[in-house]
Amino acid sequence: MRNILTSKNILITAILLAFFAATQFAISQAILPPFFTLNLMLICIYIILSVSLNLINGFTGQFSIGHAGFMSVGAYFSAIITVKLAPKIAPLIPLADPKPVLLLIGLILGAIIAGLTGFLIGLPTLRLKGDYLAIATLGFGEIVRIVFLNSDYLGRASGLIVPKSASWPWFFFIMVISVIIIKNFVTSTHGRACISIRENEIAAEAMGINTTRYKVMAFSIGALFAGLAGGLYANYMFIIQPMTFGFLKSFDILVMVVLGGMGSITGSIVGAIMMTFISAALADYPQWRLVITAVLLVVMMLFRPQGLLGNKELSLNFLGKKGGRNGAA
Amino acid sequence: MELLKTEKLSKVFGGLKAVADFEIYLNQGELVGLIGPNGAGKTTVFNLLTGVYEPSEGVILFEGKNVAGLKPYQVTQRGMARTFQNIRLFSDLSVKDNVKIAYHQHTSYGVASAIFRLPGFYRGEKEFEDKAQELLKIFKLDDKRDEIAKNLPYGEQRRLEIARAMAAQPKLLLLDEPAAGMNPQETHELMEMISWIRKEFNLTILLIEHDMSLVMGVCERIYVLDYGTIIADGAPAEIKANPKVIEAYLGEEVH
Repeated sequence: MRNILTSKNILITAILLAFFAATQFAISQAILPPFFTLNLMLICIYIILSVSLNLINGFTGQFSIGHAGFMSVGAYFSAIITVKLAPKIAPLIPLADPKPVLLLIGLILGAIIAGLTGFLIGLPTLRLKGDYLAIATLGFGEIVRIVFLNSDYLGRASGLIVPKSASWPWFFFIMVISVIIIKNFVTSTHGRACISIRENEIAAEAMGINTTRYKVMAFSIGALFAGLAGGLYANYMFIIQPMTFGFLKSFDILVMVVLGGMGSITGSIVGAIMMTFISAALADYPQWRLVITAVLLVVMMLFRPQGLLGNKELSLNFLGKKGGRNGAA
Repeated sequence: MELLKTEKLSKVFGGLKAVADFEIYLNQGELVGLIGPNGAGKTTVFNLLTGVYEPSEGVILFEGKNVAGLKPYQVTQRGMARTFQNIRLFSDLSVKDNVKIAYHQHTSYGVASAIFRLPGFYRGEKEFEDKAQELLKIFKLDDKRDEIAKNLPYGEQRRLEIARAMAAQPKLLLLDEPAAGMNPQETHELMEMISWIRKEFNLTILLIEHDMSLVMGVCERIYVLDYGTIIADGAPAEIKANPKVIEAYLGEEVH
């Protein structure tokens, strides 16, 4: 246990808890404007999405642009639990308010099905490299969207109405847990195996790394967390429609990853926060949002092609060497 | 005892027979050289042995079992590790991480231990750390352990590549032109190191080299490859005197 309880980890936990207490208080007392609250929730969703996409694109070096597809799988399957099957499941839950349990089941199921989808899509497509993989994942995203678009059970183009049951603690803690899990994966020997594939696939294979296994593993874990984010999204936004999860959504997530730095978890977090703020600031001029995103990307590629943080991580190590050895955050 | 033996090993690319009826054997503990002029098929042979290419024909017996058709990582897990002619390090990673990745196949903890930081994770990582440190010390790279691999001088990159291959804990080490691009001083040191690790780890080594004088110095037996077939084999002195070898390297004598 001594390894986990480093001064750095304690400090990070304290900061996170303080931030949570402050925001939770502000939200519950309705001090924060609703628009600001909404964006806090969105930031959590986008952090999960961009960090999980970074696991695939940045760490393992497999260029996927179908992340919104996995997000929609998670969104729809969690909604099936919390909306469609709720009347059947709710009586089985021996609690006065079965909603949180329903939500939990929905989120877990949505994430697992998204992860399984990732596994099934990853097995054949991860043989492809570079542009070809990108095109295949793009195609997957569109297929998922069109399946939902044509499903009577899921409401076709008008989508599903989902009661709002996820609240700020759900968003905040699920985001923190997701980031910790992905960070722990990446900084282990299994993460190093993934990174070695990005660095040099032939050498990785020659050093005894089962590259197919690790590519599929990274892809499935990434898809699983995208599904989790989709579930949170569905249970807060009141309505989910196939068009929400189109190519542009995948592109948004990709921009966050590239902007923050491929191969940097803290970079993805910064990217997600930045892009959400930019979108929010331009909420009154939606036609300018894409223009500004594009300009930002062009400028970025010219002056800092590796992204804001490159493959480095923001860290608290400057606070002293104590305990900085094990955690790389 | 024969550690490696190939029978009628061939590789065809379209209409080109890159390697034809290639037959060699390596006894346990031997240091054998494979030489030949440019384009003779030396690296193709390595790629066949390590599973990068699937042989068109023939068998590769490693410890008596056929490894032809296995994937490269499976071949490595059986105990055959290699270096590359054009260095293939994990160039954006630290020297230490390069070595740790090769230890991965002997990994001692699972994904769940990693994600939930169970005690197994810390035990495993400590083991990785200690093993990597030990190995880097042997290769005199321990003072550069945190340096990014691509920032190392050329000679040290070559050395790191061999260190990384050793981390895979091979029984047979395949070295593809390890001295390419090195100056005579560096080459000399490298050769001494190869002889030393061979004794220290009881290793069998197959060495591709361009530089004849160098191979003659360290190898016990030499195979000469030209146009994908073996044209001569034997002790260095025999090879030096073999008219076929001289012809392959220098061209036919004009009458």
